[in-house]
Amino acid sequence: MVERKVGWEPQGSHALIGGEIQRVDGKVKASGQAKYTNDINPPGTLFAKLLTAPHAHAKLVLLNIDKAKAVKGVKSVIVMAKLGDEIRYEGWPIVAIAAERPEFAEDGLRAIEFKFESLPHFVDGLDLKGAVEADLAADGKPLKLTKSLGKSEQGDVEVALKEAKHVHEGFYGVQTITHMSMEPHGSHAAWDGDHLNVALSTENVSGTSGQYVQPVGVEAMNVNVRCDFLGSGFGSKSTVDVWDVACAKLSKVTGKPVRLMLSRTTEMQIAGNRPSAFAEVTVGCDAEGNVTAWDSRHWGSNGLEGSIVGLDVTPYVFRPKNRKSIATGIATNCSPERPWRAPHHPQACAYTQTALDDLAAKAGIDSLQFFTKNLNLTSLPHIYEPELEIAAKLMDWKGKWHPRGKGAGNGPVKRGIGVALHTWNGAANQSNVTLKIHSDGSVEVVTGSQDVGTGTRTCIAQVAADTFGVSMSAVKVSLGSNQFPKAGASEGSSTIGGVTGPVRRTTQQALWKILDLVAIRHTVDGTTLAARDGKVWSGDKEICTWKQAASLIGPMGLELYGGPVTDDEGLTNHQVGGVQMAEVAVDTETGVIRIVKMVAVQDAGMIVNRLLARSQVYSGLIMGIAYSLCEERIMDNKTGRFINANLNDYKLPRIGDIGDLVVEFYEPESEYKRGVIGLSEPPVISTGAAISNAVANAIGVRVPVLPLTPKRVLDALKGAKG
Amino acid sequence: MDRNHINRSGPGFSRREFLKGSGAAVVVGAAATSAVEAPLEAQQPATKIISAGPHTITLNVNGENKQVTVEPRVLLIDALRNDLNLTGCKDVCDRSTCGACTVLIDGKPVYACTRFAIEVVGQKIDTAESLYSPEKTDDVVTAFCKHDAIQCGFCTPGFVMTVRGFCDQNPGASEEACRRALGGNICRCGTYDGVLKAAYDTAQIVR
Repeated sequence: MVERKVGWEPQGSHALIGGEIQRVDGKVKASGQAKYTNDINPPGTLFAKLLTAPHAHAKLVLLNIDKAKAVKGVKSVIVMAKLGDEIRYEGWPIVAIAAERPEFAEDGLRAIEFKFESLPHFVDGLDLKGAVEADLAADGKPLKLTKSLGKSEQGDVEVALKEAKHVHEGFYGVQTITHMSMEPHGSHAAWDGDHLNVALSTENVSGTSGQYVQPVGVEAMNVNVRCDFLGSGFGSKSTVDVWDVACAKLSKVTGKPVRLMLSRTTEMQIAGNRPSAFAEVTVGCDAEGNVTAWDSRHWGSNGLEGSIVGLDVTPYVFRPKNRKSIATGIATNCSPERPWRAPHHPQACAYTQTALDDLAAKAGIDSLQFFTKNLNLTSLPHIYEPELEIAAKLMDWKGKWHPRGKGAGNGPVKRGIGVALHTWNGAANQSNVTLKIHSDGSVEVVTGSQDVGTGTRTCIAQVAADTFGVSMSAVKVSLGSNQFPKAGASEGSSTIGGVTGPVRRTTQQALWKILDLVAIRHTVDGTTLAARDGKVWSGDKEICTWKQAASLIGPMGLELYGGPVTDDEGLTNHQVGGVQMAEVAVDTETGVIRIVKMVAVQDAGMIVNRLLARSQVYSGLIMGIAYSLCEERIMDNKTGRFINANLNDYKLPRIGDIGDLVVEFYEPESEYKRGVIGLSEPPVISTGAAISNAVANAIGVRVPVLPLTPKRVLDALKGAKG
Repeated sequence: MDRNHINRSGPGFSRREFLKGSGAAVVVGAAATSAVEAPLEAQQPATKIISAGPHTITLNVNGENKQVTVEPRVLLIDALRNDLNLTGCKDVCDRSTCGACTVLIDGKPVYACTRFAIEVVGQKIDTAESLYSPEKTDDVVTAFCKHDAIQCGFCTPGFVMTVRGFCDQNPGASEEACRRALGGNICRCGTYDGVLKAAYDTAQIVR
């Protein structure tokens, strides 16, 4: 008898789920035929561009758009900032121009007359002392740069530090980075009467139509949002922004479709960043290396708001009994942060686990032994311990380990290894689906979700095809429209669990209905029936083909609506653990770091698609290498400007910079049985700490702030010399 | 990537002459540098001087001749995307650094943002769209799918064209050679591992 219970089959018994299945949209993407928002180009489309403020803090004192309006090809000019407005960061939108061709829009921008009166600015999230001094000097005036974000305390840190055998004090930090989605933010808007049709570059297809209502003056039911393909977002594309509103307005005024995508520089300046974080840490352990005390004060800036990495993730993963943390935010004249892949975890991981690694070095204990010994301070020791063992084998930790700065060889290039670990919630989002089974056996799944690059379409098709025992090509997946059943935003690694849960439940329910019809037609016991290989079977006996079975539902077909997955269904779960190890080679003469090898061992509950899941981990490692070694938003204190806001000077790793990447999933039956858990965020978290620890192991000194640029490496070496 | 200035201009057209003669938009720049430019100008006789207004030109794209009407300042990337709706070449960086707009010009991978549209008249342009149809899937596309060298897919067509051009010119290329050849393209999602495997596979097929 085949048990009829919503859920996944036992490990190893799915035909497609868990397998290496290629993307269903791979060919259209690889051949450039996939149409992203940036590519929506119906005839008559006007091209819109923005004039933005070149100041961090200023007052707009002159704005004249008359000449711009008269420029050849310019169809409409919209003012986005009023005379007298306070500009609070560079890149602040001032004017939007729509023209027949992009070059005409540029001509229009050049014809705008404007003038700003500059005001004092503060852009350095590292400079806590400067911010405090500025606050004191302002003496009660509205200027307020620093703000306390609270304190968290447990146990008795002072006593624990006094009793500790080894105590280490250090400074650590991570600079601000941007999201740098390859497709910039933006939209294509077209009105049809009082209906607004938008192609929006968004990770939140179902949740954005309502955001047009107030600023554009349109009824929610008249807004149609589409996003078939998204050129990534990494957390930054969940809102309808002022430039999207301007685009809709330009379209309304001109009566023509308008596309407004941010320029690369504006994208980097205002469309999202990950806040900086810096920490002064004192940490102590006993003679055996058990961490007994953590005392930290951390600060940083997420822009205007002046918020910062939370106390909830400080210290990160390792939570000693005696601990105290104080957080201070600094408000800067920089654009606001947006959620960046695993918001705040990478920064917290970096300042926590580098400090712990320094303590291990002080205690003279192998880093891996030290981290393993302290797993009792984490919430997932049963996951981390086996993962560390697997990673150590893949890295050959024993063979490569040496005490800090004591590697073999006298040459200038030093090798080292490091380890760090992370956790992430990854619970499923609230997604609805409609399932249609046609009488010819073809299957359709429709959902208002989106594919940000994870492979949403593919995973949905895989689950449906697996349940019905049909090929992937028999399943059509439609997503990317707010006219489809509502689905949660793709943020926090919530999508694959969010969509596969309801798809599994609904397809199982549909299958049972069809099998019952087969049972009646063929007079067999329905509970013995199963679908696989395009056929329906009773045990080993073939009863009919899938097509014959589906024809029993009649010409109307079958349509089922599936609500969001719930915790008690056993389809999804939350909270994963992962570990990473890095091996680096550091040239002590030039300060250049080369990644030799990275090992990632990751738990994600039940893996839906091994090929795509591995891509997610590669992705985490490579973005991790980027923020560890090269990418950084550089603000010029004098002018208050983001001086490397372009892809030339904002350094990202290229294909030769990533080393040998080894990805392994930790998927024993105990974890498989938990069901699907989000995988996108976790593998980007501990990369920074692992690489920094490897560099410290190589050169014998800590380079305190990420990214570990050649200058910072040389400065650290010089500082150590004295 | 083709860095050779002699090869970079289409027949009967030189970039320098274009800059000199293309009208108001670039006059200031040309005037400012004229003192330095003069001796070189003397060595290169003028081949063609055209006005700044719109010109109707014929581009050979994916084996077909297509007419577009563009000003001389319009880049190939913009003519392909905005006039011919061939949006496989993506505009990402605005400054010839990321490779997302890579197309083949006479078989060589070139950033489409480094050429004016009028510059490539008479040359053979291939875009990523030519590599897949219901009838035929190019080996590069197949290899990218096999190794999942795709995530969001926005940079992918640029990588695909670089691989196509490089492998045609370097059959049997080693992994290291593929790695060097792909240094002109940026991916943010982190598909490099799959891209390298796909490039290597393709190079072996060409052999």
